[in-house]
Amino acid sequence: MMSRRLLPVLTLGLLVLGWEALVRLAEIPHYILPAPTLVAQTLWANLPSLLASWWFTMKITFGGLALAVLGGVAIAAVFALSRRLEAALFPLAVLLQVTPIVAIAPLILIYVESTTAALLLCAWVVAFFPILSNTVVGLRAADPNLRDLFRLYRATPWQRLRLLLVPSALPYFIAGLKISGGLSLIGAVTAEMVAGVAGRETGLASRILEASFRSETPKMFAALVLLMFTGVLVFWGFNALSRALLGRWHASERP
Amino acid sequence: MGEPGGHITLEGVEKRFPGGLVALQGVDLRIEPGEFVSIVGPSGCGKSTILRLVAGLDTPSRGRVDAPAVTDSGSAATAYVFQEPTLMPWASVFDNVWLPLRLTGQSRAAALGPVNELLTSIGLGQFAGAFPAELSGGMRMRASIARALVTRPRLLLMDEPFAALDEITRSRLNADLLAWWQARSLSVMFVTHSVYEAVFLSQRVLVMSARPGRLLAEIRIEAPYPRTTAFRTSQVYQEYCQRVSAALEGA
Repeated sequence: MMSRRLLPVLTLGLLVLGWEALVRLAEIPHYILPAPTLVAQTLWANLPSLLASWWFTMKITFGGLALAVLGGVAIAAVFALSRRLEAALFPLAVLLQVTPIVAIAPLILIYVESTTAALLLCAWVVAFFPILSNTVVGLRAADPNLRDLFRLYRATPWQRLRLLLVPSALPYFIAGLKISGGLSLIGAVTAEMVAGVAGRETGLASRILEASFRSETPKMFAALVLLMFTGVLVFWGFNALSRALLGRWHASERP
Repeated sequence: MGEPGGHITLEGVEKRFPGGLVALQGVDLRIEPGEFVSIVGPSGCGKSTILRLVAGLDTPSRGRVDAPAVTDSGSAATAYVFQEPTLMPWASVFDNVWLPLRLTGQSRAAALGPVNELLTSIGLGQFAGAFPAELSGGMRMRASIARALVTRPRLLLMDEPFAALDEITRSRLNADLLAWWQARSLSVMFVTHSVYEAVFLSQRVLVMSARPGRLLAEIRIEAPYPRTTAFRTSQVYQEYCQRVSAALEGA
């Protein structure tokens, strides 16, 4: 148990040490590859401004994700009610999913006046599909015998939804949420990259771009480290949520 | 205990599935109130289809089914136990057993007493808070039966409920099932592959033919209740089993 937690920390620690050693021994200039210590110093020195950008990126990420959850679940519910509507609309969702976000982000930025709204839309586009497709499958995954049981006891449609379909779909929805959490961050950062450094409020991606224009490599790394930590935190957060909701009954979370 | 209601009848019932498969043909059947009847037959002979028709989960293509689930809508007079325990994995044993009452609008507080009492009588008193994944196969089936009995049904439909259990658990549940049946005025229609189980449990064993399913023979098991292990090892029991097996040979 201890080693399962210790091992990844140890690996990461060794990696960082090796990086530091490499930079020092090979005397690599900091504008090519800054040493971890320099990255940490830069991060610390720029923390207030970087945190402000981080907060903006968070707002886009979680705003996009929240919209993806709302949209994905609502559309999934419609699909679950009508196979015909699903047949008509699902290809559109797939189309949206397979088009690379970098390719449509410039268009979205043209059509949507507010940059924040455009960024939210980009994050939404990448995050909503896993939630939609997983929830559609989940809503259909209810045990046929349990469905019969609900029919036998003449459950109302509302009871069927609340007591049978929603709990059956939950593990699928959570699996989608875990994927979408990471994707939403990627969507937000990609869109910011495309949007560039303009605007009053800027996110971490804009800071990376800005630093790159000025060849401030350590600052690029500092922003990147912040992004990576955020990604890991999002991943951990949703794993913890999954454990809390499914821990006692679903095979995926049982030891 | 509620008084036993009317009998269940099937008249000239035929069930044809889309695609042309004829599952049942010319089935006439009558179950008396409080009777324990088993249906045996080869795989795919439409045994389960009969239960589904009686539960109102399917409608016959021809003929008439007269059963509480079909005639009076909105009552919970019919209960169904599937081959798998079919419990909601996300809900505790208590919540699973409460479900049929909950669907009729009974609050948790109102159901607390009756459900716990039933769980105790069915051997799950200690496990009200456990989740299905934490129980053994036999205990899951007990929970499933408790859920079926909680509405005090007049008719209990059981579709090979013990098929997946080991021999020891199975014979214990057989004996318990008879006790639960005798304590209530309840008709049971019990589908099984096992001749031995059918003879041990039933007052009447119906033998069905292979597709299309028809009723081939009816064997009355006259042995008195309560039936115990002594009955299981008796000469009479062996003879009944041979008669049912012989009828099945012709199926």
